Amino acid sequence: MAQPLVVKKDDDCDEEEYYSPFLGIEKGAVLQEARVFHDPQLDARRCCQVITKLLYLLNQGDTFTKVEATEVFFATTKLFQSKDAGLRRMVYLMIKELSPSADEVIIVTSSLMKDMNSKTDMYRANAIRVLCRIIDSTLLTQIERYLKQAIVDKNPVVASAALVSGIYLLQTSPEIVKRWSNEVQEAVQSRAALVQFHALALLHQIRQNDRLAVSKLVTSLTRGSVRSPLAQCLLIRYTSQVIRESGMNTQGGDRPFFDFLESCLRNKAEMVILEAARAITDLNGVTSRELTPAITVLQLFLSSSKPVLRFAAVRTLNKVASTHPLAVTNCNIDMESLISDQNRSIATLAITTLLKTGNESSVDRLMKQMTNFMSDIADEFKIVVVEAIRSLCLKFPLKYRSLMNFLSNILREEGGFDYKKAIVDSIIILIRDIPDAKESGLFHLCEFIEDCEFTYLSTQILHFLGNEGPKTSDPSKYIRYIYNRVILENATVRASAVSTLAKFGALVDALKPRIFVLLRRCLFDGDDEVRDRATLYIKLLDGEATVGETDKDVTEFLFGSLDVPLVNLETSLWNYEPSEVPFDISSVPKETKSQPLAEKKATGKKSAGPAAVNGPVPTVDASYEKLLSSIPEFASFGKPFKSSAPVELTEAETEYSVNVVKHIYDGHVVLQYNCTNTIPEQLLEEVVVFVDASEAEEFSEVASKPLRSLPYDSPGQTFVAFEKPEGVLATGKFSNILKFIVKEVDSSTGEADDDGVEDEYQLEDFEIISADYMLKVGVSNFRNAWESMDLESERVDEYGLGVRESLGEAVSAVISILGMQPCEGTDVVQNNSRSHTCLLSGVFIGNVKVLVRLSFGISGPKEVAMKLAVRSDDPEVSDRIHEIVANG
Amino acid sequence: MGEFSKESCPSVKNILLLDSEGKRVAVKYFSDDWPNNSSKLTFEKSIFTKTLKTNARSEAEITLFDGYIVVYKFVHDLHFFVTAGDDENELIIANVLQGFADSVGLLLRGDVEKRTALENLDLILLCIDEIIDGGIILETDANTIAGKVATNAADGSVPFSEQTISQALATAREHFARSLLK
Repeated sequence: MAQPLVVKKDDDCDEEEYYSPFLGIEKGAVLQEARVFHDPQLDARRCCQVITKLLYLLNQGDTFTKVEATEVFFATTKLFQSKDAGLRRMVYLMIKELSPSADEVIIVTSSLMKDMNSKTDMYRANAIRVLCRIIDSTLLTQIERYLKQAIVDKNPVVASAALVSGIYLLQTSPEIVKRWSNEVQEAVQSRAALVQFHALALLHQIRQNDRLAVSKLVTSLTRGSVRSPLAQCLLIRYTSQVIRESGMNTQGGDRPFFDFLESCLRNKAEMVILEAARAITDLNGVTSRELTPAITVLQLFLSSSKPVLRFAAVRTLNKVASTHPLAVTNCNIDMESLISDQNRSIATLAITTLLKTGNESSVDRLMKQMTNFMSDIADEFKIVVVEAIRSLCLKFPLKYRSLMNFLSNILREEGGFDYKKAIVDSIIILIRDIPDAKESGLFHLCEFIEDCEFTYLSTQILHFLGNEGPKTSDPSKYIRYIYNRVILENATVRASAVSTLAKFGALVDALKPRIFVLLRRCLFDGDDEVRDRATLYIKLLDGEATVGETDKDVTEFLFGSLDVPLVNLETSLWNYEPSEVPFDISSVPKETKSQPLAEKKATGKKSAGPAAVNGPVPTVDASYEKLLSSIPEFASFGKPFKSSAPVELTEAETEYSVNVVKHIYDGHVVLQYNCTNTIPEQLLEEVVVFVDASEAEEFSEVASKPLRSLPYDSPGQTFVAFEKPEGVLATGKFSNILKFIVKEVDSSTGEADDDGVEDEYQLEDFEIISADYMLKVGVSNFRNAWESMDLESERVDEYGLGVRESLGEAVSAVISILGMQPCEGTDVVQNNSRSHTCLLSGVFIGNVKVLVRLSFGISGPKEVAMKLAVRSDDPEVSDRIHEIVANG
Repeated sequence: MGEFSKESCPSVKNILLLDSEGKRVAVKYFSDDWPNNSSKLTFEKSIFTKTLKTNARSEAEITLFDGYIVVYKFVHDLHFFVTAGDDENELIIANVLQGFADSVGLLLRGDVEKRTALENLDLILLCIDEIIDGGIILETDANTIAGKVATNAADGSVPFSEQTISQALATAREHFARSLLK
């Protein structure tokens, strides 16, 4: 741009009395001024100024009341009388800004329609844009004809205005816009760059749900000549969409349209090159041969003088580095120079890319460069870096020393909670996975809690220290740090420190006498919880308390994790009524259930009444249990092992809606049919489900409990019970018919007829599958749980799963066959990854704990293979799991 | 307010023109991500503070902020921003920014300053209106944008792009004088 004016420089001195045309502007006054719009002799210049002021107010966040807006709108419509082009343009802007209501719109439609057919192109284009923003579909049909003409108008501005309006209107009146296909298609061939772009965008939106049509569109256009860079970017997007949806149906051969994407890498426009490079790197299962040309152009961008270009390139390469680190190593030299980039976003992306692609020898050098770098970036970037360092350390365990040092250094520096938590989490993970790093890692954590302002982190570290510290070569050196917490910190941290001390006392006999001394001092603590814990642990370690019969029980009590979900425990405690019978923790359901949101609302309403004492929502399980135990026929079955989620047996919105819940007992199955009658004119009586279990041979019906009456819209249940052999994984298919007596209900009186007619209603089939015998129970630390299980119980085998759509699909299929709880987020498969490990945990019928480790691999033509390793409390169950998978 | 998926069409979430203190000169939002004025002001304040110390004068700069891509450029005491979703093609957004900053330069005849911008706020608002419609890119070529706005400005004078610098200065002075007389 031009040099600053010399004249202006001199004005700098009176900056204080800075002049703004809007100084002291006030809404009321401007609304008064708007009266000039009503003048018979319009002063265009003056009107323009007033509109600008009104727009200024709106832009600054001022709002007009309904009345004010209506007044301004009507006044503005008067301005259509003026012939002044500049004023007209401001009027358009004002109308769009006011977004008038439907009855107001009618007043301007005729003026706008006149402008739409004006000789001035600028009027036409703008009138179209304004009109399409404010009209509804009935008015739209009236002007449809003009819009279709406008799309193929020879003036590109008019055509673009109509096309962009079409994209907007497609959301509200799709059936109308879809009729414009022919005109839009013609516009795609336009010579004007932007018309081509807008036409292509609209055409794709019209056809987006028709895969074949999109595919045809792409096929014809990739051969032809789409010239505008923006349109070309669109075409690249649509092409990759087609590639994605077509999958790899051309087995082993070249990917369709890949040539087109590659040719776009040689385009003149940088935005097209970037779009193509990104499309290639995002391809499903991209090969390194396909990646190479894309990486090459991105590498050139890395040394561009434009920050935006460097950013775009490094961001793309960073993503590639997560899945194909080797493909990016060629760029490492360019990447290293970006560490000192002025733009910190670029520098951070460069660092994390290098951490992903770096080799063992470059780690030390990188660490040195990073130390300076860390001080001047924001916390959010630091977290990214910490995470990258963690994965690097797991990749090169031998380098743990320098990486651990780096982490401990940044742990000492200033930072917010999330950042510190990321560092602490990383150190803990490194300690867990790299045995050599344990002692130094624990030491760094101890140093950190000496001066840590976050209670959450202190307690987390103390807990971890209690588990790991006693197993080190010299546990005594940690005691000082822990006891300092008891002296210096708040009650929460003190209580946590007391527990940690007790753990040391339980595991290290040599330390026991000294721990006793320390614990006794805690008996005088000011906080109840701290004192209670100290008392409990002293008794426990002394062998006095009833919990600690043997040393093994003590350790179990101190270190064992809670094997029931906290939510369920809380619910059970709420439901427990004080009585002679002590609360039994084994009665708490172990299944993890996500709480439906709707139920939360329900308690909100109830809480006003005495029901409030019931506290949180009872889990679905608890309510089932109550229901089932109230039926004498089922009392002899024992406690249900598992209740399934409801399975719908009818389509939505049919006359009767029925779903079934499968309650599994050791030797029985109870089917609970939840029925709802959705016809107001009917009363159903003697409702029963007739179950045909001929395809479930191992089950024999023992009882059926009909439902006496089922009035309109009040759900009721009917039950059918089956006996099945104990200890056998009985599965099978059940077909169901709902039988009942229908009675007509007089809608005015609400009374039912005395006479009823027998009727029946076919329900859908359902199956009892092996997953019904498995409870989803998570473990907090899979690795520990896995290692603590008997190696003898382990059963390993390999399976071929054949051709699958994707790795993720195969993983979720196996999870649902087994019906187990995925641990540590391993049910999510990274895009493009070729292998995956999934950890599952659960409890099998008979209360047998089961852990499963699944390793998946996928080959080029989507052939998936799986290695299944099972450990469980009972080797027979391990075999059983293999049978399930083998038959699934 | 229409929003479009990345699949269909590149889209812009907002265009901001702020002064050297982070106050609004002109802003336009095309997305429901910021439902009210206070969330908009918060966004403007944080992006202004975040970018304040960077040097975005010779070349446009870019940052990832709060899950958005923000491309920005500073001219004198004016800060230009264009925001898009974080999976957008950065170069397309940079192109929009370039069109915005350059067309404002043409319309203000080289005198890109807060004072002049406010005096010609009508032109700035029209300019934004010609660049983006409901989030969709309408035009990015500065000469075309300025041309479209200027034909409406009813000056009827020489198209901006063809003016020489001295002419531009003369007109700028005239504009300045007129505003004093008001």
